[in-house]
Amino acid sequence: MPNSINKFIYCAGFLLSVCLVNNAIAEVVHSERSLYRNILVEDNGDLRCLKFNVKSNKTRQSCFNKSQPEQLVFNYTKQLLTGLLVNPEPQRILIIGLGGGTMSNTLHKLLPDSYIDNVEIDHSVIKVAREYFGFLENEQIKTYSQDGRVFVKRAVLKKQEYDWIILDAFNGDYIPEHLMTKEFLEETKSLLSKKGILTANTFSSSKLYGYESATYKAVFGDFYQVSNKDNNNRIILAGKNGLDQNFNRAQEPVSKNGSINKLSIELLAIGVDAKELYQNMKSTAIHQNWSDDNPVLTDQFAPANLLNIDTD
Amino acid sequence: MQASKKSINYNNLFIYFLAFSSGFSIMCIELLAGRILAPFFGSSVHIWGSIITVFMLSLSFGYLLGGKLSTHSASLTRYGAIFIIAGLTLLPIVTSSEWLMESIFLAVEDSRYGSLLASTALFFIPTIILGMLSPYSVRLLVKNSNESGQVAGKLYFVSTLGSAIGTIITSFYLVLWFDINTIVLSVSLVLSLLGITTIALAKVYANFYKAEVQREISHA
Repeated sequence: MPNSINKFIYCAGFLLSVCLVNNAIAEVVHSERSLYRNILVEDNGDLRCLKFNVKSNKTRQSCFNKSQPEQLVFNYTKQLLTGLLVNPEPQRILIIGLGGGTMSNTLHKLLPDSYIDNVEIDHSVIKVAREYFGFLENEQIKTYSQDGRVFVKRAVLKKQEYDWIILDAFNGDYIPEHLMTKEFLEETKSLLSKKGILTANTFSSSKLYGYESATYKAVFGDFYQVSNKDNNNRIILAGKNGLDQNFNRAQEPVSKNGSINKLSIELLAIGVDAKELYQNMKSTAIHQNWSDDNPVLTDQFAPANLLNIDTD
Repeated sequence: MQASKKSINYNNLFIYFLAFSSGFSIMCIELLAGRILAPFFGSSVHIWGSIITVFMLSLSFGYLLGGKLSTHSASLTRYGAIFIIAGLTLLPIVTSSEWLMESIFLAVEDSRYGSLLASTALFFIPTIILGMLSPYSVRLLVKNSNESGQVAGKLYFVSTLGSAIGTIITSFYLVLWFDINTIVLSVSLVLSLLGITTIALAKVYANFYKAEVQREISHA
């Protein structure tokens, strides 16, 4: 009995010290309550992070190194770049969900001639990205403070086309359910150019996994999944016209046995290993890790947030 | 004499149940409204602003209209008819929301006014009708002015409780189990059936009293 009390005290003390240390290192540079969430900018040494909800550890964040702003810090942002392996020269890029704007900045570095449209529902996030994350906007890089679904619908009406659409609107706490339905994916698909691709940062745990996978498959057919062992993110990479003809192109940067091409060098410069990306790509045509009887999410039926709670 | 008093109590209980159902339906539909509008107008804060504005506005008109209507020969039959009309006016949400929202989306660029217009088009009329039921219920329940406050209080209690339960059941479970259209259709169907039941009950009561009166006359 005293032993267990000792253990408890030891545990509590340990936790407390962890908290104290964390608090000592991380410094809150800016915090504000926007219409949609609490926004927090934290400095942790050289690392600056954008957090949306302090207490939840599920919160996805957007971080960058102040001294090396072009380095991608998080796995899932690196994984999103798998899109470049399949479609190396996208002219027009659409990013839904801005975060700190690090993705937009990185892509502008890599593809200085490409046009980038950023869509972010929360105007405060855009302001924070500009002020604290060096989010760059110019003639080629535009930002729209709008709901992603509305932007996509209007863009379809205007017959716009994108070579690469990056869907990163899910911060882990709350899922905008109308951005995960079959109808929405069909709209984004119709925005894609002939060789266009969609990469989406999605969920890999909970019941939602099967539902979401089934929905992507219903719209795009087979797709690539990019995941990491130490990471609960999964990136979906889907093409306008399936993936078969793109598969060989994805091999290019690492094919000729060691001879590395320009893209891999550029990716390496921002902390991304093209070979590793390529190895982590798994086609659902070869192995599909959800059962076929998962229902498809539609505008009529989209309880994504409820499915994400339900883990049984 | 005793028997008739008891049947009146059942009658009141039934009216309270109906008021509960109307409260349930209003919030069930209001909650779904957010989901119905999202594909065209998104889920920004102003979408909920539009929805809540339209629901509050139409409820306020509904209260006014329902109160006015209850001053002219109020009856269970008319009360039931309001339920049926409410059920019917919900149907366009299922049948026509798609093209309605699409044409508003095309006509109005600003999603604030687009969503306001769309929620007006879809929810204004059915919510007015549902709002009419509360004051009408008070009229049917109040027998003397002394108890009117208590009756109104009980009625607010029951219908607002219905709203609370309608909100939680819809958002926690119904959207997980059914399509939006299925839920709206069910609400419409339930309201209509309740209306029909009410009218049928009113007929039965009328016949029952007619028979009673005739019996008393023949006895005398």
